[in-house]
Amino acid sequence: MLFQPSIIALLLAAGSGVFMLACAAPFAMQVILRWDMRSGSEQQLRLERRTYLFSTLLAFVMASQLAALLLFVFNADRLAVMFVGAMCAVGTLNVNEWGFPSLIAQITIFFLASMWLTINHIDTLARDYPLVRIKYALLLALLPILAGGFWLELQYFLNLKANVITSCCGSMFSAESKTIAAEASGLAPEPALWLFYISMLAAIAASLGHWRSGTRSSAFLTALFSASGFATAIAGVLSFVSLYIYEHPHHHCPFCILKPEYDYRGYWLYIPLFAATAAGLGAGVTQVFARRSSLAGVVPNVSRRLAGLALCAFLIFTGAVSYFVLSSNLVLLEH
Amino acid sequence: MRLWLEKQRHLIDFTLASLARRKTKNIGLLLAYMLLVFVLASLMLFTHALRSEAAYVLASSPEVIVQRMVAGRHDLVPPDYLERIGRVRGVQKMQGRLWGYYYDPVLNANYTFMARPSGEIADGGIMVGNALARERGLSTGNTISFRSYSGKLFTFEVLATLSPDSELLSADLVLLSENDFRRFFEYPAGHFTDIAMSVANPQEVRNIAAKLGKMLPDSRPILREEILRTYESLFDWREGIVLTVLAGAILAFAILAWEKASGLSAEEKREIGILKAIGWETSDIIRMKSWEGLLISITAFLGGVLAAYVHVFHFGAAVFEPVLKGWSVLYPKFKLLPTVDGLQLITLLFFTVFPYMAAVLVPIWRAAIADPDTVMRA
Repeated sequence: MLFQPSIIALLLAAGSGVFMLACAAPFAMQVILRWDMRSGSEQQLRLERRTYLFSTLLAFVMASQLAALLLFVFNADRLAVMFVGAMCAVGTLNVNEWGFPSLIAQITIFFLASMWLTINHIDTLARDYPLVRIKYALLLALLPILAGGFWLELQYFLNLKANVITSCCGSMFSAESKTIAAEASGLAPEPALWLFYISMLAAIAASLGHWRSGTRSSAFLTALFSASGFATAIAGVLSFVSLYIYEHPHHHCPFCILKPEYDYRGYWLYIPLFAATAAGLGAGVTQVFARRSSLAGVVPNVSRRLAGLALCAFLIFTGAVSYFVLSSNLVLLEH
Repeated sequence: MRLWLEKQRHLIDFTLASLARRKTKNIGLLLAYMLLVFVLASLMLFTHALRSEAAYVLASSPEVIVQRMVAGRHDLVPPDYLERIGRVRGVQKMQGRLWGYYYDPVLNANYTFMARPSGEIADGGIMVGNALARERGLSTGNTISFRSYSGKLFTFEVLATLSPDSELLSADLVLLSENDFRRFFEYPAGHFTDIAMSVANPQEVRNIAAKLGKMLPDSRPILREEILRTYESLFDWREGIVLTVLAGAILAFAILAWEKASGLSAEEKREIGILKAIGWETSDIIRMKSWEGLLISITAFLGGVLAAYVHVFHFGAAVFEPVLKGWSVLYPKFKLLPTVDGLQLITLLFFTVFPYMAAVLVPIWRAAIADPDTVMRA
């Protein structure tokens, strides 16, 4: 393994996250089995008090997961110097077979964590802890995922050996290779452009609709279009946005745009995109519980606010993409 | 949203006032926290500055250096090698280099002797690096004698001292003409120490190295990117080692934070009791206490990083220099270029704020669940 501060920090964060969640697991079992809001027994009081501790603890773990994702990509990009043939994060992640699964696991954990935090948030707003059982059941479900993510990360870092010849991003995202990433980047720019703008429009329209109307079905539509919007947005970044930013018709790398050479433009894309998707998913998730009596007054407010956030973030993202495409000197499509 | 912000603002107001009421306790914690951030931040800023210095220096070095190996040891390059390599496509410029080490008993130090084309330096003259000139008290126009390895005495006139800006590279350097070099070291005619090559297309470098390896099996091509990578992992490794040594300090600090947060004074307990009695909820107390932790963290982090910046870039990182810089008799004096790196700051955050917040979570909760009447009665 490479003895490197950022790697130690990442493993520390992931490891302590899993540890804290594992500590919370027995308590979660107790809540699921023994929770009884009507009882005034000492045990119930103890459980109620402990929920405060574990909610805070988990909010902390989830928040640190969000920061860890940023550090992970940042670090992968920086490590590229250490590997022959690697020029950016793609090369570093390709050094062994654990790199990309590890990144995908991190992104999945990011969205799951954000959804859990939304559920936790609406639960604390209601008077009678209506979601406490569901919350802790979800927590038990999250534990293996987090542990899996930690294991993947550990495998990835343990098997990082400097000097392995990895493929540079130019060869991975070229049209000939047969991976999903290559499929996405192999899309011709014109259909990709249409697909991108249609799905962004759908996501923006759905979140605008929900923000204004607040109906249940529009919330689910927002979640659906945010999720599909995330997928097409990533495909769009691979297939044409990166080309316009690099002003090079064959460079599809989604990581190099984060570099200072390209004015850190990637952050203008990824931060709004991730925020928008998380907020959109959150809007849908909260509406699942809208029928509970104690949440009836809480959920519409929260989900509309989340839809508003998703709307703003999708607008920023689409605006940034359009600006990068229009201001680029590259001509991909003839008019 | 507005309401939420308003609420947080009042919480912060209240927290600051309550922190100010217990000045001595909080200042002690803040100082320990700042010290930890300072030490770690100095370490990270300093290694990063060294790393970028190395990258900066190497940026103008040749892409490939070819050495000849005999029985696994570095040997002289025979005359016909230059000509044979000349046929490799992609090599833009190629130059045989002459250099060697000379041990000077006066300073107990090794000098690097390097030959320059005779157009640059006349026979009988030398140019010396700044550190060497300083240590031996040389200036332009002085003469200096070196006893060669064959026992003969050679006297040179110092034509110039090299600019102090290049001291990192030229501290122990002696530049002399090719003829003088060959005579001084009794180098066989036509032989070179190694060959430096510049390659126009950086993506071709590895192919050219592979070709060289095939064409001249006894040669060893050394690539610039390999040297860069070695520096990179060397500094990472040193940083990691110091960090591991300091892991104890981080742990000790986390324990201190835990202790400080859980050792609530009777007065603080009363305060929380009263707050709960007048209608604060448990979650409000937790929020207030989290703000307290966050405010202390932000202050300590900013203060520590700022102090580290001054320490590294204005005082030359006096604390870590011996471990991280390496040593030598003729050590170059150089000023580090101030660079701050986002990755380092995030990493630092994970090493300081993360353990602190993790350590104070349980004590915060303990304080928050206290029953108002038991606390006030006690």
